[in-house]
Amino acid sequence: MMTNPNGIVTQGQFSFLPPLTDVQITAQIKYALGKGWALSVEYTDDPHPRNTYWEMFGAPMFDLKDPAGILMEINNCRKTFPNHYIRVMAFSSVRGVESPTMSYIVNRPKNEPGFGLVRQETDGRNIRYTIHSYATDKPEGERY
Amino acid sequence: MSTPVDKIDIQALLNESHINEVLDKLDQDLVGLVPVKQRIREIAAYLLITKARLQLGIEAAKPSLHMCFTGNPGTGKTTVALKMADILHRLGYIRQNQIVSVTRDDLVGQYIGHTAPKTKEVIKKAMGGVLFIDEAYYLYKPENERDYGQESIEILLQTMENHRDDLVVILAGYQDRMGTFFKSNPGMSSRIAHHIDFPDYDENELLEITKLMVSSMHYNLDKSAFGAMKDYIQKRKQQPHFANARSIRNALDRARLRQANRLFNDAITHKKDTTAEDLSSITEADIRASRVFEGGLDAKKS
Repeated sequence: MMTNPNGIVTQGQFSFLPPLTDVQITAQIKYALGKGWALSVEYTDDPHPRNTYWEMFGAPMFDLKDPAGILMEINNCRKTFPNHYIRVMAFSSVRGVESPTMSYIVNRPKNEPGFGLVRQETDGRNIRYTIHSYATDKPEGERY
Repeated sequence: MSTPVDKIDIQALLNESHINEVLDKLDQDLVGLVPVKQRIREIAAYLLITKARLQLGIEAAKPSLHMCFTGNPGTGKTTVALKMADILHRLGYIRQNQIVSVTRDDLVGQYIGHTAPKTKEVIKKAMGGVLFIDEAYYLYKPENERDYGQESIEILLQTMENHRDDLVVILAGYQDRMGTFFKSNPGMSSRIAHHIDFPDYDENELLEITKLMVSSMHYNLDKSAFGAMKDYIQKRKQQPHFANARSIRNALDRARLRQANRLFNDAITHKKDTTAEDLSSITEADIRASRVFEGGLDAKKS
């Protein structure tokens, strides 16, 4: 990816920054908990931008007051899926919002091959474009 | 620390944490329990000194804070645990002034693979504060070797060791049963730094507790009612299932019930006005009507 100098997937918050340290993650979690949002940990090995629903690592954590519990869960997930994308989401249950309010990647594979652009020629010399992740050529679980 | 210091003002540290207020309040609010108060003062002093040592860089590791409260029902274990959370929070040993109170049901699952997530869920909720496990001896059932309690204990042990900075565990239960519990789980016993035993209240202390409870409920007991209460306590202590302060609370609740009934009947039959004083006074008759004076539950049955 020529336009992405770091050669990493950039989705969610803080994705153009260097990877967050545990202290920084804790600070972000604290902010979310202060707002009364429920946090959850999710993972995937298919980072396509339209892949909205990642796998949940355990149920979302409601009624937590301290970031330590969530950080523990993040570290558990890192231990289980060291070479997957892992993100932390914060969900706001405020009426009218009722959707994720934060989402940031806390773990990524060592090697990210990136995406290719597939051009399909259709009627009348029109071209349809598709983004294709090189990693997804391999079956699930063997991608990274 | 940015600047090296070799002196530290303990007084300033003490004032800053407002720890004395909590300890004084503990003295005022809780009747009796002299050995418990003594131990808590010691622990608070120890924590304060450790904090000073940490600030001067003498000590690197935080002290182990897990505790075990043993004593008969109604001796104030939960109340003291709440105060303990307050003390730990003021001294900065826990981040949240919260106490998550659980029993076996909250920790142990019903089928294989159910226990670990359940226990972890509770631990996550308690992180940063105090986890209070009431009737902790129920976790271990020696008569059933396939009991899932053991799994829960192992997870707890692991967390108590690895997340010492994040979580303080307080176990509570009756002394003899906790003794067997620790005998079969030596790892648990060695990880708990402070064992505190709660003694039973004597009759005078129970009467003192009665006074406190009555005034906190905004009721009055006259002299004869207090006499009746004294007799009640003497008789109740001889009967089974006596639960110290909890029995007193229950007795007062039932006396309030009878008082309400009496006022209600008076108002209907005599058509007389009820004054504010009537509403807030419990008389001797309200207390004497208790079945404790007829020999308790067992006498009723026969």
